Amino acid sequence: MGQLRQSWIPIKALIIKEILAVWRDKKSRITLIVPPLIQLLILTHAATLDVNNISIGLYNEDTGWYSHELIQRIKGSPYFKHVYDYKDSHKIREGIDEQKAIVALHMQSDFSRHIAEGNSATVQVILDGRKSNASQIVLGYLNLIFQTFSRDMLKLQGVDILEKINIEFRAFFNPNIEYIYYTVPSLVAILSMVLALTVTAMSVSRERENGTFDQLLVSPSQPWQILVGKMVPAMVISIGESTLLMIAALLLFKVPFEGSLILLYLSMIVFLFSIVGVGLFISALSKTQQQSILGSFVFMTPTMLLSGFATPIENMPLWLQPWTNLIPIKHFFVIIRGIFLKDMSTLEVLKYSWPMALIAIFTLSIAGWMFKKRLE
Amino acid sequence: MTHFSFRRFFAYLKKEEKQILRDPSTFLIAFVLPLMMLFIFGYGVSLDADKVPLGLLLEDTSPTARSLENAFLGTNYFKVKTSYNRAELEEDLTGGRLRGVVIVPQDFSIKVLEGTVAPLQVLLDGSEPNTARFALNYTEGVVNNWGIQQKIEGKTSVILPLQMEPRVWFNDSLKSRYVLLPGSIAVIMTLIGTLLTALVVAREWERGTMEALMATPIRISEMLLAKLVPYFLLGLSAMILCVFLCVVLFGVPFRGSYLILLVATSIFLLAALGVGLLVSSTTRNQFVASQIAIIIGFIPAFMLSGFVFEISSMPEIIQAMTYVFPPRYFVTILQSSFLSGTTWALVMPSLLIMLLIALFFLGISVLNMRKRLD
Repeated sequence: MGQLRQSWIPIKALIIKEILAVWRDKKSRITLIVPPLIQLLILTHAATLDVNNISIGLYNEDTGWYSHELIQRIKGSPYFKHVYDYKDSHKIREGIDEQKAIVALHMQSDFSRHIAEGNSATVQVILDGRKSNASQIVLGYLNLIFQTFSRDMLKLQGVDILEKINIEFRAFFNPNIEYIYYTVPSLVAILSMVLALTVTAMSVSRERENGTFDQLLVSPSQPWQILVGKMVPAMVISIGESTLLMIAALLLFKVPFEGSLILLYLSMIVFLFSIVGVGLFISALSKTQQQSILGSFVFMTPTMLLSGFATPIENMPLWLQPWTNLIPIKHFFVIIRGIFLKDMSTLEVLKYSWPMALIAIFTLSIAGWMFKKRLE
Repeated sequence: MTHFSFRRFFAYLKKEEKQILRDPSTFLIAFVLPLMMLFIFGYGVSLDADKVPLGLLLEDTSPTARSLENAFLGTNYFKVKTSYNRAELEEDLTGGRLRGVVIVPQDFSIKVLEGTVAPLQVLLDGSEPNTARFALNYTEGVVNNWGIQQKIEGKTSVILPLQMEPRVWFNDSLKSRYVLLPGSIAVIMTLIGTLLTALVVAREWERGTMEALMATPIRISEMLLAKLVPYFLLGLSAMILCVFLCVVLFGVPFRGSYLILLVATSIFLLAALGVGLLVSSTTRNQFVASQIAIIIGFIPAFMLSGFVFEISSMPEIIQAMTYVFPPRYFVTILQSSFLSGTTWALVMPSLLIMLLIALFFLGISVLNMRKRLD
């Protein structure tokens, strides 16, 4: 017991020193608080794959009633904000080329005649393939408008068709399908990951760069004590950070919080351990702060891209999907969204926590081993 | 003050060059990270929402309901799991294995045959709003399409009054890869231009070697130029590698002019380097510099450039912010150069604005340095 207390003393000193190293400097203090909040505010609104405020160009050669009716429906749709009337097909080329419109419709002069005669009229829909995601969604919107139009025209012509099938939807956990309920909890996870990673990755290399690492080496501290002393402050800072962000999520964005706060913090600690392990690993490898920051980016970029945040994992090729399990934040995303929105059960949280715990054990032991090698 | 001396400039350049060549992390960021990103965008992620796992609960097993099932099976948008067991599908939905469940009620076919309204219910997983919306919209599309084509007894066929003939210009199969790969070049250039430079110069301040330099007869212009040139060249070589891989390995078409792309990249790199210099000379601390560089460099390049997320769909304040950062303009030029060919009306203003931003940031960082020297 006494021995344990003895070994705690240098760790405590290191922890205090580490926290002071970041906190004492006014610039780094501000850096810890302000940028994450700004990022949360901006990214929440920027990171949406939803498409609205669409600009559409219309080139109508037809003078009949039917095309006029179709155009009115497009103008009345909430998705289309800017509707341009083009007088010739060159305007279509220009509008799409210069990205004044993302989509253009072309109706030929026999449009109304075809429909009036009970035949099909064709509308050419021209989309900007440079915006592949938006184009796909716009096409979906137009398709619905066209279907309703077809149905109404058939009815007008007295064709006996089925009534429109109503679709009632019920979205579990997020009744109005709000995007921010998804982005805000995810961003809390991302921003605390970035912080935990950069703080640990830089902590050792800063000392190495300034030459104070040698002083640590000649101090009576054991390698594992130095390791713990480097780990704990990063954890404390990141947990504080995510608490701040979660308060913002609840107060500013009014994201519901259904689950257990204790479970969230416990799983967050497991998650941050795995990240801190990676950070220390990078730290042990790098000689300079530059190397550790760039190393962190090499870890963060694929992590973010493959985590399922911006693009669903089920869209990835099958061979790649199992590998995404190695990404700690992938599991934590499920937990943090689950606890915020679904009141996820302890069992489910455990199910997603143990892979992170395994990653943490792995990264921390590798980092510990590398430190020992370096220190001896 | 003496005049610009090439001797001093080259001496300093040599020092920078040595520093770059000695440090493996510069290559990590200039070549390894770009390769990684291109591979992920080329082979890994995709925004093409297809094959969304969807459950179909058939409480009604009549031929009418079966024909609706076939309509769902016939689209590429869904991977349909048909079941007669509600509990099973609901469990899959809450467990994240299905993104939506379409419920075909018992009286569905009776109502359809009567010609009255037959409601369908769709259950969605709201914790994944993107996919939930997608599933809802496409379900609506499939059901509507099926509904219009249902003949009511006595009728032989229904001719749809309106047919759609979609044509996607520049990218006929609508591959998101073709858009994401060129766009990722902007992110890579920002990392080299802004993040790397910010760190390198902040280190000189942090270590005090900047002060030491100031005591030497070196002029600001010589020093700045010697700092900019190597990273500029590093950026250009990464760019060439990226374009080569995009075109040769990933088969992204290149329809524009390589010269224009080179000019645009150069201007963009100048702007990115200007931001990097400014960040480092105002922060003088590598940790702070890296965090600021992420916020005003990396994040705008990723999120506010129109590369993944559509700018016109963002709230107006954020749309206004995208105009301040250079990546928006560079991504426009990149996507045009690759897919549509040089569209002057897009490229020219973008180039000019990027140039202005570059001059602004370089100018400010020169002033900033000069002030510190006095």
